[in-house]
Amino acid sequence: MPQEQEQKRVQRRGDEGGASADADTAKASAKGQELTEEMDEILDEIDSVLEQNAEEFVKSYVQKGGE
Amino acid sequence: MAIPKVVGTETEYGIFGPNTPDFNPVLASSFLINAYAGSLRRIRWDYEQESPLRDARGFEPVQERQPVEEELGLANVILPNGARYYVDHAHPEYSTPECAGPRALVVHDKAGELVLERSLDAVEALLPQGERITVYKNNTDGKGNSYGTHENYLVDRRTQFTRIVRDLTPFFVTRQIFTGAGKIGSESARGTEQRVAYQLTQRADFFEAEVGLETTLKRPIINTRDEPHADPEKYRRLHCIVGDANMCEVATFLKVGTTALVLKMIEDELLPDMSLENPVQALHHVSWDPTCRQTVKLLDGRRIRAVELQWEYLDHAKKYVKENDATAENAEVLQRWESVLAGLEDDPLSLHRELDWVAKYRLLTAYRERDGLDWRDPRLAMIALQYHDVRRSKGLYYRLAASGRVDRMATDDEIRDAVDAPPEDTRAYFRGRCIAKYPQAIAAASWDSIIFDTGRETLQRVPTREPLRGTRDHVEALLEASDSAEALVEGLQG
Repeated sequence: MPQEQEQKRVQRRGDEGGASADADTAKASAKGQELTEEMDEILDEIDSVLEQNAEEFVKSYVQKGGE
Repeated sequence: MAIPKVVGTETEYGIFGPNTPDFNPVLASSFLINAYAGSLRRIRWDYEQESPLRDARGFEPVQERQPVEEELGLANVILPNGARYYVDHAHPEYSTPECAGPRALVVHDKAGELVLERSLDAVEALLPQGERITVYKNNTDGKGNSYGTHENYLVDRRTQFTRIVRDLTPFFVTRQIFTGAGKIGSESARGTEQRVAYQLTQRADFFEAEVGLETTLKRPIINTRDEPHADPEKYRRLHCIVGDANMCEVATFLKVGTTALVLKMIEDELLPDMSLENPVQALHHVSWDPTCRQTVKLLDGRRIRAVELQWEYLDHAKKYVKENDATAENAEVLQRWESVLAGLEDDPLSLHRELDWVAKYRLLTAYRERDGLDWRDPRLAMIALQYHDVRRSKGLYYRLAASGRVDRMATDDEIRDAVDAPPEDTRAYFRGRCIAKYPQAIAAASWDSIIFDTGRETLQRVPTREPLRGTRDHVEALLEASDSAEALVEGLQG
């Protein structure tokens, strides 16, 4: 079993070095654009729900006693 | 042959009153639970069998804990789903009912979050103008105080405890790469010295010992509390205190599913010695390394990465499942375990749909880059905390889930149902159904007993010391045929 696993892992790493590097780069940059847009959307959502006065809030968040 | 792994989690939730300068977390926790319990009849907890200071290594208990909560009249309720919801120290704590597998545990662990969210809704109307309470499913306040999320596993009493320590410790140290809930900075002197910016787990900084009885000081990787809540001749309840509270369902599923499998292999003595040279130090180093490239040193001299040690456990588990325990649920544990390890090998950040530490890291990194913030900026601390907010409208995990950005294993309907319905394949079924059907006739209850007051001169104590008895198959017909608790007790005796 361990040998099989090792082989699979090596293969997986091997897959990364594909021949059509240009196509890969183009795909990656389109994907990068998509990711940025997705992240922007997520960050906007965080801004809309995040507690106000973060500094005061996290400073006074103290939990004593447990377990 | 290993015994079935009945599992449960206990979560102490962080509780806070943002606009209340003299906020009292003990009273607020009680208030919160009572607001939820509302019309539920209060059933006393039966402490008779509890001995939290008994030690699995065989030491005598040094003292018996007094049930302080009871004396102060703090909230302590047993829910119709078989869970216990109560004030533990200064936190609301939710203990899931006993579950027969990791998938059911995910559903009930999530149902706990929903109970807390509903409690907040219920308490809102009762609070003075301008005050509010917030609740977090996390494990630290970022100021050196930690509160626990404990896992419990049913273990065969015949298993040598030393073997559990030997084989489980390296597993606990390395499973952090998928169980961690993520934390900014470090709360230990060494971690601060090493300028840890972000680490995998909330808890690692608070562990200082390999084995021990404590849960609040000198916390040990393996906790020895020996309080089986079941037949003590046959069972142990392995009480694991080293894990984080997870929001991601996949992380909870893996945390419990992989640990249960490892415990089975330990019971069957199938694991080789993979002892670490310095487990406590390794626990910290693995947690402090979001690249997952750090190596740990084994006693046999090898230096390997946490993910490599996990591959070894996985390889043993595959063989074990194939030969001894080929269930669909185990197949899913193996498949997800492998897929997460592969992701951690290639690019840990690709696991933001599955793992809490990655999901949180991704949010923090993006926010930080957008606004050019230092890791110590309070806005980042706020994001890290609010990730664990139990409110669906405010919690950042829940905002990600709402837009389909995390992988789910349970449906919202299943989780809602589990707020009221017990698992059907453990003794929690009997407890929960009795609570629902005969609330007036139950004087007290606990994990391993129900005490009925049927109007006779003496109370009737029904022990439930077998975690896999009292299932729907066993008792549904009797419960349906018994219109009163008296009839039920007679039926059980007959």
